[in-house]
Amino acid sequence: MASTGCVGFRPRVVTAFMAMLALAVVSIAQGAERSPPTADHSKFEALKGPFEDATEVTEACLGCHTEAADQVMGTTHWTWLYDHQETGQQLGKSKVINSFCGMVVTNEARCTSCHVGYGWEDMNQPPPQADSAVDCLVCHDTTGDYWKFPTLAGHPTYVPREWPKGSGKMVQPPDLANIAQNVGASDRANCGSCHFYGGGGDGVKHGDLDSSLVNPPKSLDVHMSPEGLDFACADCHSTWGHNVSGSRYQVQAKDTVGIDVPGHTDMTRTTCESCHGASPHEQQKLNDHVDTLACQTCHVPEFARGGVPTKMWWDWSTAGKLDEDGNPITEYDENGHVSYLSEKGNFRHGEDVVPHYAWFDGTVEYTLIDKKLDLSNPPMDINHFDGGPDDPDSRIWPFKLMRGKQPFDTELGTLLVTHVFGADDTSLWSNFNWQKALEAGSAMSGMPFSGQFDFVETRMYWPIAHMVPPAEQALRCGSCHAAESRLAGIGGIYMPGHDSNVWLDWIGWLAVALTLLGVILHAIARMIFKGRKHS
Amino acid sequence: MSRVMIYKRFERFWHWCQALLIFTLLITGFEIHGSYSWLGFGDAARIHTLAAWALIVLWLFAIFWHFTTGEWRQYIPTKNGLFAVIHYYLIGTFTGAEHPYRKTTKAKHNPLQRLAYLFFKVVISPVIWVTGLLYLFYNDWPATLAGALELEWVALVHTGAAFAMLVFIIAHVYMTTMGHTLTSHIKPMVTGYEDLDQ
Repeated sequence: MASTGCVGFRPRVVTAFMAMLALAVVSIAQGAERSPPTADHSKFEALKGPFEDATEVTEACLGCHTEAADQVMGTTHWTWLYDHQETGQQLGKSKVINSFCGMVVTNEARCTSCHVGYGWEDMNQPPPQADSAVDCLVCHDTTGDYWKFPTLAGHPTYVPREWPKGSGKMVQPPDLANIAQNVGASDRANCGSCHFYGGGGDGVKHGDLDSSLVNPPKSLDVHMSPEGLDFACADCHSTWGHNVSGSRYQVQAKDTVGIDVPGHTDMTRTTCESCHGASPHEQQKLNDHVDTLACQTCHVPEFARGGVPTKMWWDWSTAGKLDEDGNPITEYDENGHVSYLSEKGNFRHGEDVVPHYAWFDGTVEYTLIDKKLDLSNPPMDINHFDGGPDDPDSRIWPFKLMRGKQPFDTELGTLLVTHVFGADDTSLWSNFNWQKALEAGSAMSGMPFSGQFDFVETRMYWPIAHMVPPAEQALRCGSCHAAESRLAGIGGIYMPGHDSNVWLDWIGWLAVALTLLGVILHAIARMIFKGRKHS
Repeated sequence: MSRVMIYKRFERFWHWCQALLIFTLLITGFEIHGSYSWLGFGDAARIHTLAAWALIVLWLFAIFWHFTTGEWRQYIPTKNGLFAVIHYYLIGTFTGAEHPYRKTTKAKHNPLQRLAYLFFKVVISPVIWVTGLLYLFYNDWPATLAGALELEWVALVHTGAAFAMLVFIIAHVYMTTMGHTLTSHIKPMVTGYEDLDQ
């Protein structure tokens, strides 16, 4: 699973633990159908501990799982590099820029806290080479106690530490031996510990991935809900030697293979069609839509439905304002969501957000940091894609359209690397000075900066694929087949109920009106002359 | 004057079923078109499709009936007396003139009726069905058809024909009130019997 940008963390995980506990109880109650493990890890001598450092746990794991470190190191989760076969671009978290916290480069330690390893402190270097640098626990912890501390480049904390900074709340070091003895298959909370918190906090980035999916009601996600199928992420994002299927850089926008059968197909299950096939509806007319619409277009009517807001607008240009005493400011909107932070600028959050819809061929191209912007044509697209009705590989997809303003170089015409995080005197979050932060970003990344900057409005598209409710909650026909259509302006399709020919309607109704008028006049004349005939 | 069976049982059955189905199709069809919302697009489309299939089946029987009974000859157009009938509806009906056409069981429709019904049967209805079936099976068009035709054009022709149908119905329903009394044309379509001079 390729992902971009900086990643934040939940506050301490007691609630998540409770959720896990509740989940476990519900799972037992429902007898979730999982094969029992063949090993009880609490019986392994090597896992008895004590462990001073998480890398020691990894060494213990590798004592039996001899190939695991090599496997993990071959994945995008490790390299943060992705060579795009279609566009030739080299993407991956270490290369792309996004409209949230910018780039991972220049914000290491914070961003690499989500690396599936330990100690990647300089993004100009490849990830650490040692096998013991692989983090097994972030994906395989089942206790909910393991937490990669946000500022330690992937390590959990080994001493009591305050988080969030200034909150007075202390995070205790996890019991690594207990965690090691309770490892198991990844569940939603494992993947979610990074993927739910992308962009700096819970639900910020994706819109369809947030902590509400740890234990979702059926109405939020029919597949992941313990009341429903209780799927782990990996039930669809099937793995092969630790390589997780599914990519947002090269999306399978239309799966024509249908149901995946062992020995016949590639055995990845990341498309809906992998299980549901290409004609899943009882009503044929609905199946007739499958070639044009992604399943989610109807089956994810809104995103951010779990009570966690997602960021829809992020204006970095206003960051840095301080109050009269020189202290950073925090403001909230009418829903209690943060609307201004001196560190980050202005935000707008959304819940139950109606997606943006667009034709999508699955191939996503990025505006990389060295790309010259077409400033005559704002806003700038941070990522973009092609697709249309005549392309057999395209369908209409739902997206979270992330908007905002971010810095660019007015001389060079490129986006700028921002240095927001770091315990130094140049990072934006330490001293609220853009000039310094951008100069530092340039120096650290090696990307040029003329010294002149301004802010430009940007857009970024995030395909929506999760938070699928039961079928009854899917969109009704009239959501699109109506004058006020969700797909208004999408182009390339004729939508009965929405599209019509104005001329035909005019002529048609005129003909009807004239006929009625003729009939009425004739009838009136008959009544008048009937009286005369008799007289 | 003699009381004769002018509209046989099947013909009446066919006529009234067809009327019911056409009204259903018009009401649901213009909702699908977006002219108003009442049932909701999904239900309107479902009912529209069902009614369309029912009408097609009815028509298969009707065509069979027309040919086996020879009743199709009732619709052969004639200029003979056509203008007299038009003249009657435009002028004669107000001056107290008698209807110029004498109905018989072999020729029960006057020349204007013949023309109108023929137009209904060989133009409006087939156009609606052909475009309707194309519309319904849009996803299954063979490649050659899909390359040459756009759904939009099919939809436009279908809608145009629906307007023609609506115009026909308004005129047709009104004309049925133009007998000796308001209902004297309608009654035979219910009972089958009419008093004819023969």
